[in-house]
Amino acid sequence: MNILVCISKTPDTTSKISFKNNDTEFNAEGITFILNPYDEWYALVRALELVESGGGKVTVLNMGDATNDMIIRKALALGAHEAVRIDGDPADAFTVADNIAAYCKTQMPDAIFLGKETIDFNGSEVGPMLAELLDIPFISYVNHLEQSNGSTQLTREIEGGTETCEVAGPFVLSAAKGLAEQRIPNMKGIMMAKTKPLQVIPALSGTARVTASRFTLPPAKSGVRLVSPDNMDELVRLLHEEAKVI
Amino acid sequence: MSVLVYIESPEGKIKKSGHEVATYAAKTAQILGTEAIGLLIGQAENAAQLGEYGLGRILQIHPSENPDFDAKSWAKLISEVALAQNASVVILTHSANGKSMAGRIAVRLEAGCISGASSLPDPGTSFAVSKSVFSGKAKVNYQIQTSTKVISLMGNTLQPEKTGGPGTVEVLDKKLDTPSVKVVSRQTSTGIVPLPEAELVVSAGRGLKGPENWGIIEDLAQSLGATTACSRPVADSGWRPHHEHVGQTGVAIRPNLYIAAGISGAIQHLAGVNNSKVIVVINKDPEAPFFKAADFGVIGDAFEVVPRLTAAIRKFKQG
Ligand SMILES: Cc1cc2nc3c(=O)[nH]c(=O)nc-3n(C[C@H](O)[C@H](O)[C@H](O)COP(=O)(O)OP(=O)(O)OC[C@H]3O[C@@H](n4cnc5c(N)ncnc54)[C@H](O)[C@@H]3O)c2cc1C
Ligand SMILES: Nc1ncnc2c1ncn2[C@@H]1O[C@H](COP(=O)(O)O)[C@@H](O)[C@H]1O
Repeated sequence: MNILVCISKTPDTTSKISFKNNDTEFNAEGITFILNPYDEWYALVRALELVESGGGKVTVLNMGDATNDMIIRKALALGAHEAVRIDGDPADAFTVADNIAAYCKTQMPDAIFLGKETIDFNGSEVGPMLAELLDIPFISYVNHLEQSNGSTQLTREIEGGTETCEVAGPFVLSAAKGLAEQRIPNMKGIMMAKTKPLQVIPALSGTARVTASRFTLPPAKSGVRLVSPDNMDELVRLLHEEAKVI
Repeated sequence: MSVLVYIESPEGKIKKSGHEVATYAAKTAQILGTEAIGLLIGQAENAAQLGEYGLGRILQIHPSENPDFDAKSWAKLISEVALAQNASVVILTHSANGKSMAGRIAVRLEAGCISGASSLPDPGTSFAVSKSVFSGKAKVNYQIQTSTKVISLMGNTLQPEKTGGPGTVEVLDKKLDTPSVKVVSRQTSTGIVPLPEAELVVSAGRGLKGPENWGIIEDLAQSLGATTACSRPVADSGWRPHHEHVGQTGVAIRPNLYIAAGISGAIQHLAGVNNSKVIVVINKDPEAPFFKAADFGVIGDAFEVVPRLTAAIRKFKQG
């Protein structure tokens, strides 16, 4: 099976977030970027496992500029066979999906794995858009996947539980926690990654449908009010009378 | 022109999140000076009551069945209704199913899409909607540049508001396509409000020492009618089920009240909970970073404080 894993670059989870140019742009200064955890830990690792047991290859794809090559090399070090970078600005979810769809139309994979969301813009939008552009099924937030006799059984997270479904033929999934266990790249993987093919292709021209006009940071908390551990009646009173949440 | 809102009716029941999107759609329609139309797929108890939230008309497809969900065929059907109703805005719940369809519908309608919106559109300059980004560490105002817009609404963004009497339900003679995936089974816990929808959440971390100690957390949750949650290491160690893990890599929640016992308040944990309206932190370490993000704090041993709080709540509830 040939699996395409779409990977993105996000600020490290401990990053302190700030903005520039009148709060219209993310301030990347001093930020360490990482491979988006959902893409790396779950989507990529499950794709590698499937290919390790059933044959085929894993291609990783990213849309972005050359500064993204470091997260692409990380994915190759973890075991992906080859990589594609669509050289362009991932301006909004549609732009990304449109470009990935155009690539897939030239080289249709058997399955396409994405992360559940990017931890910066928290969209969960690229997957469903890509599936629609390719006119194939989409299964969201998959935390378990098995294959037998040409069909795939997937378990997806829904409110308050899970749903298990079956799909035949190519599909797009978004990966959630549980789909696989995080792997750490080893020295051999890191060395081999340097020689694996990374194809750079031009992006389509297009305009973003959604633009960010202003970022804001949440108002700082006015400070914690401490309540004595011996006086829980007082805490209940505060929650009821002042905070009005119970 | 119109605003079309798809209202989920899992197992034939419309939930509070359904009333929230109905209210949101009615208010959006008012801002745009047009009408809000509700759409149901499958059975729905008390469908006409949706009119009370300000929906001018309620359309229903497959009124006597409970069809299984499939993003592809459902999104196609909703898009077709949107086109037939000349909808300029399509609104969905930001749920597992809503998220799976928003992007698909946006592609079909050549629309811009905002998932997880947390404000009404600002009609001022351009259609601007805000949402939480960077896992709750910031907010952004997005402008949608296309004439048709697709929005999925974050839960607890606004309270359902009744403004009128019941509406009339019109059954549409349309059908879902053959599904592209086959649902084999569904496992849901009944009776407990799922975390993303919960208004009250009681959560605990490694400070609780082991799964055998969760009884006091469950008692507190029960006294409030709250849903339980946990920090990541707790789920990773198998002390609690994965779906209870909140934070940057777990579920992001925005309840009215979040009570955290024995959780240090690491930045990745805060990322999933800092949109809570009120945060109460119980920790024996006065230096725990969580106190900086809390509204109310109790410095003390969770094993003593939590049962005391439960007793105080029971006493308060009895009145
Ligand atoms: C990429 C990445 C993603 C992550 N994503 C998440 C995420 O989504 N969610 C998440 O939660 N974490 C996440 N983490 C982990 C996070 O960094 C912290 O390690 C984790 O949140 C700590 O969990 P904890 O507070 O339960 O445990 P600890 O940090 O061990 O804290 C336990 C706390 O309990 C207190 N305590 C101990 N005994 C008592 C007592 N008797 N009474 C009261 N208090 C007591 C201690 O003072 C301490 O503050 C992530 C980490 C990484 C690197
Ligand atoms: N620039 C990108 N290049 C390749 N894949 C991406 C890109 N942005 C997002 N994705 C994929 O789409 C998923 C969901 O992203 P989003 O819809 O932005 O939350 C991510 O987890 C990635 O798998």
